[in-house]
Amino acid sequence: MSPLGWLLGLARRKSPWIYCAKAGSCNGCDIEIGPCISPRYDAEQLGVLRQGSPKHADILLVTGPVTMRSRDALLAVYAQMPSPKAVVALGSCPATCNVYAGSPTVDGPLSKHIPVDVWVPGCPPRPQQILAGIARAAELLGSGQTADQEKEKVAA
Amino acid sequence: MNELARFAFGVLVWPGLLGAAALGLGYLWLARKGLARLQGRRGPPFGQPFFDLVKLLGKRTVVPGDANRGFFYALPVSAVAATTFALLLIPVPGNLIGSFPGDVVLLLFLLEVPVFCDILAGYVTKSIYGQVSAMREGVLMIGYNVPFLAAICAMAQHAGSFSLAGMAAAPQGVVTLLAAVAFLIAVPARLKSNPFSIPNAEQEIVAGAHIEYNGAPLALFELSHALELVALANLFMVLFVPHAGALAFFAASLALVCAVTAIAALTARLTVARALRFYWVWGGLAAAASMAAALVS
Repeated sequence: MSPLGWLLGLARRKSPWIYCAKAGSCNGCDIEIGPCISPRYDAEQLGVLRQGSPKHADILLVTGPVTMRSRDALLAVYAQMPSPKAVVALGSCPATCNVYAGSPTVDGPLSKHIPVDVWVPGCPPRPQQILAGIARAAELLGSGQTADQEKEKVAA
Repeated sequence: MNELARFAFGVLVWPGLLGAAALGLGYLWLARKGLARLQGRRGPPFGQPFFDLVKLLGKRTVVPGDANRGFFYALPVSAVAATTFALLLIPVPGNLIGSFPGDVVLLLFLLEVPVFCDILAGYVTKSIYGQVSAMREGVLMIGYNVPFLAAICAMAQHAGSFSLAGMAAAPQGVVTLLAAVAFLIAVPARLKSNPFSIPNAEQEIVAGAHIEYNGAPLALFELSHALELVALANLFMVLFVPHAGALAFFAASLALVCAVTAIAALTARLTVARALRFYWVWGGLAAAASMAAALVS
């Protein structure tokens, strides 16, 4: 690997900026994201910054089972994130639709719509697990193994 | 060394791009770490702003559909270029480029260029948040320039010279002290840190004028912010710290960064009208006091 590529990989691993998208979650997972950036768990130690615009983010955190109302917004947010990007699914809802499975207004699970790199199970997951999920996604970004990067490799 | 080599060294190494970028990213890390410690957090690891910058440079850039492509790329580039040339004019230790009469006027112009680039960036990207941010930045600029310009003018009058070297060599006195106060009042707003983080208020208008920026152009805006910080610290050191060597230079710059960080941690954001009133009342008083002292003495 070239020195420049090595540096870029290191920077991607050490600077994961996150954007949180709520796809119809019950708020449980969203509440658990709060402590991650507060003094007790302080995600900034990992270089994590929460961004208000998907265009500044590297990692998309998705909560909720993907309802029909939130689906298009979620796809728009994903499309607006510049490559390379990673997706972390928080909680059981994006993975299996959880207790909302079978509802006529739910269009899940998440992997039907966008490629997911890291699943963080739990209802809701604990902040430590969320941080571990973000760190794992950052590692994947650094080594070029996210679904988005793999797709580009195939295209090239 | 001939003139061209000296100029190239100045632009690329010190006090230009490389040296100032390293210094500025170090200051930004210190500010973030200090803020985190004051909030009871651990804060980012060493070199975090550098990694952020490299990562942004390595991302793909998305240009908004209704933005002018040329403008979109030209604004961050001109912000970085103007700040680099501003750094070149300030006679810090190790600067090989000589001062010339009237260079302070050019410096004041170059220091305003990144601010105008920010304002234009808000409008060019056609984002409503960007436009709100651009308007706020314009209003704030009318405020903080009152004490800032008065501090420089008072020092020029005091030194009887419009060259930075002449102003740096002027004897210390009451005028220097009053002008330093006026200068310091303007610094938090120039750096857009609390309580004057009005144009980039992330809880209100998402990311301010840079909201549609991403990838390398955003990295260049971050770089120009780091360079601006170094330029202000250098200018402060040259004008107000007596006969500074390299050591005093670092001490004064670090003290300035720490003071701005402490103020940012201790205060909450003001509304734009209150910020303007603060600068026209208290900044205006400091400006009037320093100008009066310069004219009397």
